[in-house]
Amino acid sequence: MSQPRSSHAVGTGLFILLGFAALAYLATQTTSIANYRQGDTYAIKARFTNIGQLKLQAPVKLAGVRIGSVASIALEADKLDALVTLDIDQRYNQIPDDSAAAIFTSGLLGDQYVGIQPGGSPDMFVNGDQVILTQSAMQLEDLIGKFLVNGSPDKDKKDGASTP
Amino acid sequence: MSAQPRRSAVLGAVEEIGRCGLFGLSLIAAIPASLRHLRETLRQIWFVGAMSLVIIMTCGLFVGMVLALQLYYVLSIFGGTAALGSVVALSLFRELGPVVTALLFAGRAGTSITAEIGLMKATDQLDAMEMMAVDPLAYVATPRFLAGIIAMPLLACVFNAMGIFGGHLVGVSWLGIDNGTFWGNMAGSVDVWKDVVNGVWKSLAFGAVTTLIAVYQGYSAPPTSEGVAHATTRTVVFSSIVVLALDFVMTAFLM
Repeated sequence: MSQPRSSHAVGTGLFILLGFAALAYLATQTTSIANYRQGDTYAIKARFTNIGQLKLQAPVKLAGVRIGSVASIALEADKLDALVTLDIDQRYNQIPDDSAAAIFTSGLLGDQYVGIQPGGSPDMFVNGDQVILTQSAMQLEDLIGKFLVNGSPDKDKKDGASTP
Repeated sequence: MSAQPRRSAVLGAVEEIGRCGLFGLSLIAAIPASLRHLRETLRQIWFVGAMSLVIIMTCGLFVGMVLALQLYYVLSIFGGTAALGSVVALSLFRELGPVVTALLFAGRAGTSITAEIGLMKATDQLDAMEMMAVDPLAYVATPRFLAGIIAMPLLACVFNAMGIFGGHLVGVSWLGIDNGTFWGNMAGSVDVWKDVVNGVWKSLAFGAVTTLIAVYQGYSAPPTSEGVAHATTRTVVFSSIVVLALDFVMTAFLM
């Protein structure tokens, strides 16, 4: 009597473990948690006049490789620009301190990320440093606006607006 | 003349829903008493959960594979086949995993619960339990109800995992999408709370309603072989309707 009962219990236990293992697999391997590195980081700051659609946890990339993430975004009340704090992985501590930061878009309408363009200074970024050279996000609306304004001299020719 | 049976049919449906709801309340009320029969609950988890694994895993694999094939076709129209991993994962986690698991569960486990309880009733076993001062609600009905609620989310997670595996099989091994693109896009667009946990909530609710319907149909079946047969059919029909309707409502709220 006790033998089939315990085999039920083992089967049930295995089933529950399998279910939770599947949940853990889904939660860690297929979601953005897989991208979060929990290693040591150091923070550098960058000021932008416009961050566009940049979000928290957006990647920071150098030469296309993810080296960190956006830790915080705040408005600097006295300068009226955006102060973005970037957490850079401690493994990448050889970034010259005259490097430039720019906000790019992955793909035409993809998510935005911070790209670092390395400079040539012999000194490296350390925790708390600030990026001097920054370039703000490219706004699609501004581009379209410029495009429309530049096209306006040819307005009398209807199809002239499509040539840049 | 024609209005009379129609009105009674509507009234009958309302009455049935009301009875089912009241029965659900009495099931919930019997949960404390059923905690003495934890072994029975465990045995039911084994029966409705572990024994359903084979069908759930097979179907999950094939659903994932066909999803990858179909979405690849649609995405290739827009030149966006790189997004295959994320659309397969999102449609599985948010929609197909919980719903298909619930439909399979109703067919695999719900019918057997209904038939078992209906036959227990037809052969007076429930009355015999009552004679022995064992509450059949706490010993027969509630353990099956709890087992369904516990087993369904786990089954849905297994279904999702197999579906991802099947989608990977077709997308990467067959259609030649880059492995890193597949996983990277998936990891980039799937959110733990909004997508994975959202699906778990859904499957919890589906587990509750399908087992409630199954247990109620078994309990209220006329004690004849025909009555049990009809009750089993009604379990599948009502479970499917309620799961799909509830799915729409929950999606609208959890979106």
